[in-house]
Amino acid sequence: MTFPTAPAPHAVAHDSVGRVMRIVIYALLPTVALHVMFFGAGLLVQIVLGAATALISEALALRLRHKPFEPFLKDGSAIVTAILLALCLPPLAPWWLVVSGTAFAILLAKHLYGGLGANPFNPAMVGYAVLLVSFPVQLLQWLPPAGMDIEQAKLSMGETIQTILTGSLPSRLTWDAVTSPTPLDALRTNLKMGMTMAEAQAAPIFGALGGRGWEWINLATLAGGLALLQLRIIRWHIPVAMLGAIVVCASLMYMIDPGTYAGPIFHLTSGASLLGAFFIATDPISAATSDRGRLIYGAGIGVLTYVIRTWGGYPDGVAFAVLLMNLSVPLIDRYTIPRIYGHAR
Amino acid sequence: MITALVTIIILAALAGVATVATAGAPKEISLADRIDALLPQTQCRRCTFAGCRPYAEAIAQGAADINQCPPGGERTAKALARLMGVPPKPVGKEFGVVPDSPAVAFIEEDACIGCTKCIQACPVDAIVGASRHMHTVIAADCTGCELCIPPCPVDCIVMRPAPAVVR
Amino acid sequence: MTARELLAGGLRIEAHKQRSTKAPIRAASLTERYVIPLDQHSGLPAVPLVKPSDRVRMWQPIAQPAPGISAWLHSPVSGEVIAIEPRPAPHRLGAPTLSIVIANDGRDRRFENAAAIVSFEQISPNEACEHIARGGIVGLGGAAFPTANKLESSLCENGPQLLLNGAECEPYISCDEVLMRERAEDIVFGARALLHALCSPNCTIAIEDDVPEAQAALRQAVDKAADPRIRIKVVPAIYPAGGERQLIATVFDAEVPHDGLPADIGVVCQNVGTAAAIARWIRDGQPLVSRIVTVTGDGVSEAGNWETRIGTPFSSLIADCGGYTERMSRLIMGGSMMGTSLAHDDLPVVKATNCIIAASALDLQPRGLEMPCIRCGNCSQVCPAFLLPQQLHWYLQPFDSDQLARHGLLDCIECGCCDYVCPSQIPLAERFREAKPLLARELDAHLSADAARARFVARNERLARLEAEHRAKLAQKRRPKNEPTS
Repeated sequence: MTFPTAPAPHAVAHDSVGRVMRIVIYALLPTVALHVMFFGAGLLVQIVLGAATALISEALALRLRHKPFEPFLKDGSAIVTAILLALCLPPLAPWWLVVSGTAFAILLAKHLYGGLGANPFNPAMVGYAVLLVSFPVQLLQWLPPAGMDIEQAKLSMGETIQTILTGSLPSRLTWDAVTSPTPLDALRTNLKMGMTMAEAQAAPIFGALGGRGWEWINLATLAGGLALLQLRIIRWHIPVAMLGAIVVCASLMYMIDPGTYAGPIFHLTSGASLLGAFFIATDPISAATSDRGRLIYGAGIGVLTYVIRTWGGYPDGVAFAVLLMNLSVPLIDRYTIPRIYGHAR
Repeated sequence: MITALVTIIILAALAGVATVATAGAPKEISLADRIDALLPQTQCRRCTFAGCRPYAEAIAQGAADINQCPPGGERTAKALARLMGVPPKPVGKEFGVVPDSPAVAFIEEDACIGCTKCIQACPVDAIVGASRHMHTVIAADCTGCELCIPPCPVDCIVMRPAPAVVR
Repeated sequence: MTARELLAGGLRIEAHKQRSTKAPIRAASLTERYVIPLDQHSGLPAVPLVKPSDRVRMWQPIAQPAPGISAWLHSPVSGEVIAIEPRPAPHRLGAPTLSIVIANDGRDRRFENAAAIVSFEQISPNEACEHIARGGIVGLGGAAFPTANKLESSLCENGPQLLLNGAECEPYISCDEVLMRERAEDIVFGARALLHALCSPNCTIAIEDDVPEAQAALRQAVDKAADPRIRIKVVPAIYPAGGERQLIATVFDAEVPHDGLPADIGVVCQNVGTAAAIARWIRDGQPLVSRIVTVTGDGVSEAGNWETRIGTPFSSLIADCGGYTERMSRLIMGGSMMGTSLAHDDLPVVKATNCIIAASALDLQPRGLEMPCIRCGNCSQVCPAFLLPQQLHWYLQPFDSDQLARHGLLDCIECGCCDYVCPSQIPLAERFREAKPLLARELDAHLSADAARARFVARNERLARLEAEHRAKLAQKRRPKNEPTS
């Protein structure tokens, strides 16, 4: 009687890249849901457009690289990229924005470097950075959050799709009437105009913690992130280091001059702090890989985020902070090899 | 403007500190040293030089080509080509055959007459023995250069496969 | 989420031991032929003392150790040596290796060895070591390292601490567990003999926290012996807690140097099965001719632990277990994490055979399609050697020997934890197993090149010095002649 042979170990846990990516997608659902609640269905359209583009780009790249379609299209990594990028774009941004951003992310940032597992930069953030540098105006056309005594133009689902696809609003509305800056942007503009922090934060878009609506979306992101931690899809090092660094920087500057610098709570609940900490910086492919390396990597992103937000010219600093730290990952990895068993401490 | 300048200066200073802290005092490594590090140290002289070091110095001065080392084989030729920034090429046939597996010299002790000629020929002092006493090769120290074979008056030295390294 | 728990180094995995521990230890059926491979222990093959057509008795020495690291072999039955020829062996993955084949006459006539039974306290530690060697005792944990060689290399000034390894962490294997349950007294006797042979001050018996019955039996035996030097230490049932280096870290909170042995930190580790085998040899005069083998897995009708004579064919043990089931798909010697998979069952039980798994697809959980590494780092969380398998994997293609050495490829113990948790289903342990000898060879080549360079330089300097001295002498000789006399 003969039997087939195989190398040890003979039994392994049933796990897959697809499962990891699917859980990340599920963990993003609360964020998406609250986003839709406050800013309308635009995000859903963006996600559909982005996901379709991501899959088509992925298929094209796989075809060109002579790789099998099925495992890589089903692994879900392209969809995660698409959702993360869509979450960063204004809900009513024209279709070509999300399409070109996603295509750039998948084709150039991911597959040009060797596809899944080989990209040194976070693809979604590369896509976003390219769009931000190329089309800054479109990326600032955010909407005011729903409810809470802020004027908001209600768009039906049809009008939303039409706006995104044609790039122009229904005739009854104008861009000026619909759009509103994000809290981070508003704060920067107001401070630039010479207002004090109290005056600047008196605008209706500011809520109890950060921006109205935004604070709730960020709490949903926190919930999703904690779920990822609980399920051991991500580990605590990067989020804690990144958020910790933001809090330290913000507290320090706030203590020095509360009139010019926003407090730590505002920074945590505004912009993409939490999304970045739990979903973007934790992308393991482009992150540092040892525990100590991840602490350094996360802290670096936190500090750079704060610096770019506070003194830079862009609405949020997370994307550039992540990309800059992606750049330093090989260096971090080189100097943070853990001590090996039996070697001197 | 000033913020940017200050930032750049601080970053540059940090980078400088990091470089100095990690690199320590830079050690002077000559090109010949770097070439020598890539050579197998067989000291067999098949390259026509009097050992690996002289060959390394010849390459460094442009007096020798990178394809003159049969014991190093394709691997060494490639590494040398990369270091010197020249296209790789196979080991020249005129320098000898690239061995398939490492070999060491072995003295057939019955035939050895104790003439000490092989001891004088060995470039790495891997043969022990005294005049008119039987000689033997320290297999662990033998580089397989074969320089001991021609001087032997009774042809009692043969090449054998190198013993496997026991860890 | 699967039923796994990631810990800082190691895994909590399903043990799969209940099935084989239900029944007590049973004696395996005797067969007509016994095949004893000469190289079944680590080190050098033993040298036969018998030739074909010799008649041998049970427990008679049939091969003596070669000089160096090697071990005695004894006949498990009485009968006739019918051949000394290459036969397939499980520790050689089924490749043939020189073996003594003995036809069993079924009478079990014993070899009378008056010197076998000794009172170990009456002899010197050195004699005790020699005596243990004569019993053909080798480590029964799986590596089959000759025990006497290990004891000799471990002797140190104040005597090393003895660690008896009863932490049977690999899934499926339960031979040590049933041994501790049923023959705890043998283990304690063996422990005392080892303490004497090593001049060791104390003995720690490590046992996992998930085997309460074995713990109770062992405690009872230790209490009965009333030897204050022996203590029991319960360790968490984490794979690979029973790995020698990992167990030492758990029990003594000290690490074995990467380039050293446990003896370097004053510890000697022996399997509990080895201690029991020593007890049988010293107390009863029975050399190591049988051992307990776990036969389990969904591929056999009945699982159990069998007292099996060395040389028994696997197929006979399988028959004792009611034969293969229809679901049988892979034959494994050892546990499911580090065991070797074998192509057929016409193989003899050797001293290292602790477990035979007849695995079905249920046991195996077939590996999924291999995907690229996503650097998730699960592997580095479970690596008991604190390596970064994700980085090692990266530096394997193309083979970057400098980085592999820096990242400690040679410190990999091939436990397979990284494989187990890899979401990309990369066969990491297999890759590392293949790459380790390549890297070792390359590092050795570097070392010997450095040594050759140093010898070459030293020789040239010496020749230059001799030459200079020679010239100086010549010059001195000439000078008086040339100098004008005044």
